[in-house]
Amino acid sequence: MLWRACRGNVFLRQAEMDDPLEDPASGEQVYKSVFIIFFQGDHLKMRVKKICEGFRATMYPCPEAPADRREMAMGVKTRLDDLNTVLSQTQDHRHRVLVSAARNIRAWMMKVWKIKSIYHTLNMFNLDVIQNGLIAECWIPVANLEDVQLALRRGTEKSGSLPAILNRLSTHEAPPTFHRTNKFTKAFQTLIDSYGVATYREINPAPYTIITFPFLFAVMFGDVGHGIIMALFGGWMVWREKPLAAKKTDNEIWNIFFGGRYIILLMGLFSMYTGLIYNDIFSKSMNLFGSSWHGVYDESTIEHNKELILDPGNREQYSQTPYPFGLDPMWQLSTNKINFYNSYKMKISIIFGIIHMMFGVILSVWNHRFFDRSMNIYCEFIPQVLFLTCLFVYMVFLVFHKWVWYGALGTVSQSSSCAPSILITFINMVLVKGYQDHEGEDCSPYMFAGQFGIQRFLLIVALLCVPWMLCVKPFLLHRNNKRRQLETSTKNNLSSKTNFQGRCYRHRSELLQSKEVRGNKNSDAFIVCEKCEYSSNMKQKEKDYQDYDKVTQANGGEGMVEEGGEAAAAAAAAAVTEELHDMGEVMIHQGIHTIEYVLGSVSHTASYLRLWALSLAHAQLSEVLWSMVLQIGLTSGGEGGSGGIVMYLIFAFWAFLTVAILVLMEGLSAFLHTLRLHWVEFQSKFYGGTGYPFVPFAFETILDQAENAVVEQ
Amino acid sequence: MNMKICGPKCSLCCTLISAWGIVQLGIMGILFWVRSPAFIEDLKIDDSIMHPAEVDIHGNAKRYLEAMDDSFHTIALNCWIAALLYIVTLFLSGWQLWVNNRISA
Repeated sequence: MLWRACRGNVFLRQAEMDDPLEDPASGEQVYKSVFIIFFQGDHLKMRVKKICEGFRATMYPCPEAPADRREMAMGVKTRLDDLNTVLSQTQDHRHRVLVSAARNIRAWMMKVWKIKSIYHTLNMFNLDVIQNGLIAECWIPVANLEDVQLALRRGTEKSGSLPAILNRLSTHEAPPTFHRTNKFTKAFQTLIDSYGVATYREINPAPYTIITFPFLFAVMFGDVGHGIIMALFGGWMVWREKPLAAKKTDNEIWNIFFGGRYIILLMGLFSMYTGLIYNDIFSKSMNLFGSSWHGVYDESTIEHNKELILDPGNREQYSQTPYPFGLDPMWQLSTNKINFYNSYKMKISIIFGIIHMMFGVILSVWNHRFFDRSMNIYCEFIPQVLFLTCLFVYMVFLVFHKWVWYGALGTVSQSSSCAPSILITFINMVLVKGYQDHEGEDCSPYMFAGQFGIQRFLLIVALLCVPWMLCVKPFLLHRNNKRRQLETSTKNNLSSKTNFQGRCYRHRSELLQSKEVRGNKNSDAFIVCEKCEYSSNMKQKEKDYQDYDKVTQANGGEGMVEEGGEAAAAAAAAAVTEELHDMGEVMIHQGIHTIEYVLGSVSHTASYLRLWALSLAHAQLSEVLWSMVLQIGLTSGGEGGSGGIVMYLIFAFWAFLTVAILVLMEGLSAFLHTLRLHWVEFQSKFYGGTGYPFVPFAFETILDQAENAVVEQ
Repeated sequence: MNMKICGPKCSLCCTLISAWGIVQLGIMGILFWVRSPAFIEDLKIDDSIMHPAEVDIHGNAKRYLEAMDDSFHTIALNCWIAALLYIVTLFLSGWQLWVNNRISA
């Protein structure tokens, strides 16, 4: 093109640039080519320039003398060098600034989060228009009131503003629940809270759980060897508590284990104890005190019989004094071991279950008393206890009676072959089925004299308890309601008759009515009690937000802001209207409650049999593991080194399986079953768990949450 | 002295198992040595001795008892050999644990 325009009078050199250049305006990578044009005369110069401009080429002047050109190239080079140094220095500087910022960014983010949370809390405050201040309503534990006051005073001093005023306020709202825990009780409280947070001042099952939980677990997990492993693991976590706690990890499984370290330790210790009772260590027994059984058979008897029976009635074969602690190790070697263990473990699991449930029912008294529901004691607690006693505590009595009364020694009527099955006896008791006592037969189906009469009496009492639980409370409520309605209606009539300006007076009578209702409130079971020592009103007068920050910061922890005092008033009003109970609802509620309890006490008692089932499963599994794995190591090896090496390998395999299956898997399953026994069987007897937790304003929790959110992103 | 063979988890696992093995196999060795009847089912007795074809009752019983004693004896020795091997493992894995600790520290 140029060539043609200039009629061949130009000399053109062109080169493609290998490296792409960055367009400073758009930042895109652009490939460009350089060219140089030699020409003669101004006329041509004009033309070339025009064409170049037409194609939007950048033009650089080029001096004519070679020396000038070289000079210019040098100048360009030095300028480029200068620019490069400037660029690199800028980069260095930017890097330094960013590094120092990165060092501080955590602290800055923390500050931002803190300030954000403070302002978020401040937004929930009410503005006091008249006094130019802010009002916050919040829950504060009574024990910490002084701390809060101190913090407020410190805040006022620091900010130099008007003093903050702290008032306690009475309210109808149910306060949040706050249990003070330490590192030991915290894990147990968490177990309870994950079922449901206690209503304010409801009885807290956590302290009892500290003992019952590891114990019921250990009943299912009874083995000294596995107990030692578990206790060592728990003990190590407790021992290295501080260094381990400082090492924060996101490993969820580890965090669960570490959070429950005291539970694991206790479960391990209790398992060792029950393991000693069951006389079970990796499915082997220890003969610590000397077995009470003695084989006294002579050689020929042993040679001629495949199985031999040791007779507990024979003084030579059984010394008549039981093994001092736990089960006799001889059982481990006997063929009827499982029959004996089953009978024993089933009975103790029922006994533990009944004790546990009875304890739960008795605990409900404290709840009824605290919530001022004395009616519930007469209409629910007493029939419940009677029902449980007449049926299931009686069964426990039968178990003990059978244990004590029947034996190998003694008369025929006390012999073991004569002992009746407790399950059958119990079923017959409920079916009111009697037996004929045959003359001349020593073996009676009754365990003691007058058993039939007593059983019938107990059954009748238990059956009477059902309508007692079902009907008495709704009836009493109904009567109270009626009486109240009668009173108010007569008053209404009186006021409207004596008044000409009926409307105005009606208002007053309605007021009267509501007052009346309020007066009755304390005696009524359905109303939330009015003890409000927990709550308090924090009234603050502050000039501006800035000061407020400091106060809240100094506050440093306790104090949750409650939204709106009007909600409290509305709730109170609702409570008043709720006075007039809906009878149908009450009846249905009571019916469900009764059916749940009556059926529940049967099914829950049966549910405690899981103690036996899991204990059996655990013992059998550990025995299978021993005989299928470790026994190979013991028997397969020959003499000398080879047997030792086989033993070495098989033992590692066995140890791995023991930890993986028996300790971890079985431990988890026993843990879950224990949890269920506590949540369902125990807590259903007294625990509502309908409260909500106390969430104090604390930087720690806020920062934890914020950091977790960042990590998740 | 700083050769690394296995990682921190592996060496910790080996250390724990070998400590356990030393204790349990040592005790089991002693129990087999004193012929504890609790391990009667873990013995290695040939079928020909367990269910002899001959009718000589006294001879059978004698052979059975001898086999039992032998088995107790061999298993006790095997347990101790395994325990010794675990002592070696304990040293090795303990050394590895130390090496891993030094690397991480």
